[in-house]
Amino acid sequence: MELSGAEIIAQFLDDEGVEYLFGYPGGVVLHIYDALFRADKVKHILVRHEQAATHAADGYSRSTGKTGVALVTSGPGMTNAVTGIATAYLDSIPLVVLTGQVPTGVIGSDAFQEVDSVGISRPCVKHNFLVKDINDLAETLTKAFYVASTGRPGPVVVDIPKDVTDPSIKIPYSYQSSIEMRSYNPVTKGHPFQIKKALELMLQAKKPVFYTGGGVVLGNASETLRTLVKTLNFPITSTLMGLGAYPSSDEQFLGMLGMHGTYEANMAMHDTDVLIAVGARFDDRVTGHLEHFCPTAKIIHIDIDPSSISKTVKVDIPIVGDVDDVLTSLLELLKDSDNKTLLENDATTMKDWWKQIKQWRKKNCLRYNKKTKSIKPQYVIEKLNEVTGDDAYITSDVGQHQMFAAQYYKFEEPRHWINSGGLGTMGFGLPAAMGVQLAHLDKTVACVTGEGSIQMNIQELATCMQYQLPIKIINLNNRYLGMVRQWQEFFYEGRYAMSYMDSIPDFVKLAESYGHVGMKVEKTSDVEDALKEAFAMKDKLVFIDFITNREENVYPMIAAGKGHHEMELAPDSELV
Amino acid sequence: MRHIISILLENESGALSRVSGLFSARAYNIESLTVAPTEDPSMSRMTLVTSGSAEIIEQITKQLNKLIDVVKLNDLNVSCVQHIEREMMLIKLKAPVSSRDEIMRLSDIFRGNIIDVNDETYTVELTGTTEKLNAFIASFECDSILETVRSGVMGIARGSSSLHV
Repeated sequence: MELSGAEIIAQFLDDEGVEYLFGYPGGVVLHIYDALFRADKVKHILVRHEQAATHAADGYSRSTGKTGVALVTSGPGMTNAVTGIATAYLDSIPLVVLTGQVPTGVIGSDAFQEVDSVGISRPCVKHNFLVKDINDLAETLTKAFYVASTGRPGPVVVDIPKDVTDPSIKIPYSYQSSIEMRSYNPVTKGHPFQIKKALELMLQAKKPVFYTGGGVVLGNASETLRTLVKTLNFPITSTLMGLGAYPSSDEQFLGMLGMHGTYEANMAMHDTDVLIAVGARFDDRVTGHLEHFCPTAKIIHIDIDPSSISKTVKVDIPIVGDVDDVLTSLLELLKDSDNKTLLENDATTMKDWWKQIKQWRKKNCLRYNKKTKSIKPQYVIEKLNEVTGDDAYITSDVGQHQMFAAQYYKFEEPRHWINSGGLGTMGFGLPAAMGVQLAHLDKTVACVTGEGSIQMNIQELATCMQYQLPIKIINLNNRYLGMVRQWQEFFYEGRYAMSYMDSIPDFVKLAESYGHVGMKVEKTSDVEDALKEAFAMKDKLVFIDFITNREENVYPMIAAGKGHHEMELAPDSELV
Repeated sequence: MRHIISILLENESGALSRVSGLFSARAYNIESLTVAPTEDPSMSRMTLVTSGSAEIIEQITKQLNKLIDVVKLNDLNVSCVQHIEREMMLIKLKAPVSSRDEIMRLSDIFRGNIIDVNDETYTVELTGTTEKLNAFIASFECDSILETVRSGVMGIARGSSSLHV
């Protein structure tokens, strides 16, 4: 088969099984768009801004486990995509982003819409390529998908100059699904000796706790984790990124840990003697002040990325390997008769630990005053949870609403909670929801957002109109950049510099202007009915603007520089 | 502590910037960095001198290994490895008649070669450890030195162990 560079790209994406390509056309990618148009195989989704293309591909990937793919033009197309690429990089999401480039002959001449895409993206990609020769194109695409999706996943940028896609130059093409790379061999199997040592330590523990992260979700290790945690009867807490890997409703689950984590999770972290970190990276929002972090614990750390181990917190037993593989090995070892006996002996000590945890739980740290006139954001999330059930996909933007969603929505399954954890990208929620909805056309998808975040990619309401995506937008509208305002209240003596959102649009009319349904809810008593009404509209995007309590704060909270045990609960006046 | 890290790198455009970019992005020190193709033209050999605590050096080697273009690397300053290191310097010195003998004498003592001569200057080529080159520089008055060019440190392990694919 003789194909042009542009045709190779279209054919390769089809051969690779790519379902959706999120993109935006421009000068140097016109050959590619023409080839895609003629081949008519991969479904192209036209976004309204390149940032949304990468976020949508990202949401598609997070909810399916497959690699997300985006196509943007050179220059501003590429720079607009960078925020989405960095978002995926920080959360280890497999993306392949194809960026057009000016023809090879004029690279470096400051040509129209030229930027050094490889240079700009280098610090926020797992790897990137510049394809200078059509003969390298197919192999580079194979490498890009391989690198993006294996090991610790991440985004890969492939920069393609226009002349490489010239329709008049054709070369033989055959699809190659895998490739050997001498410089890239990610470890998958954990070291058996380390695994054995880890299990010995776990079985001697008096106050163990699992601390699990996004790696469990990315590594599809949820089932194995559940079996292991149940077998051991250990408590488990999760990072923001790991929510759903272990069911929130299970009594062994302590809730999220960290800055806005639960009292029981953070106290268990502080008191634990054996911490089992699984696919988590000891992020500063999780650890609090490092000096106070798990002062009495021996730490086991399972992660596929060696550089995550002992990066900020010194680890006692490191295990580099695929999370599912290592957890499976641990389960296998537990079947040995000696270990079984140890596990039974362990039951008594575990009783004391659980007793302690129950004491902490009695604080009921997520209580809030429901009897207020204005709508409490927490209440909206709780009702959202009730109305959508366990099968819905929830995306979020970044800020207070994100924390409320993480705290009050009880995630039961992995890949159902889609948010920007590492980079904290406002504007992520809506485009990510588009990717999720396209991947799961018959499922409920809701985007929890705020009036600040939603306006960062509000133009995507047009994309939702074009492809009839029935996303439900839950806008927690407090007329403030809530998280910024909260910090200003706590740490800047209430000087609300630029955190007040003046001139907010009428979201109902705005939604309607895009052909969607808009609703405004101002009373607590209307919240549930409004949600029911919205979610009953199966084929409509509904934008629900909840006018919430203005100065609500996210509690519990560990202030910067404090340890887990120094967390603050909501003041008594708040708790009724 | 000072560490010399030897790296085999894919000889691709941009590979060098991945390494130097990593160091600036993560705020690691680079004392010197030298790179050139090997006998296998698809690979370059880089020698990088850095410093930091044991934890930082561990992170540096892990982060370097994570770069897709890094084929293999070796820290020459770990206890199980003995190594040899060399640096080359070209130094241009003011050479009025009165100091020519002294320059030649010092050059001999340091096993250097005078490789260029004219009415006003001598240029000396010198190879050795960083300390030796520093000592040579220190034996001249500052204003008699017109120019110095140093290659940066190259290192290789002693014995039969070698860094290859």
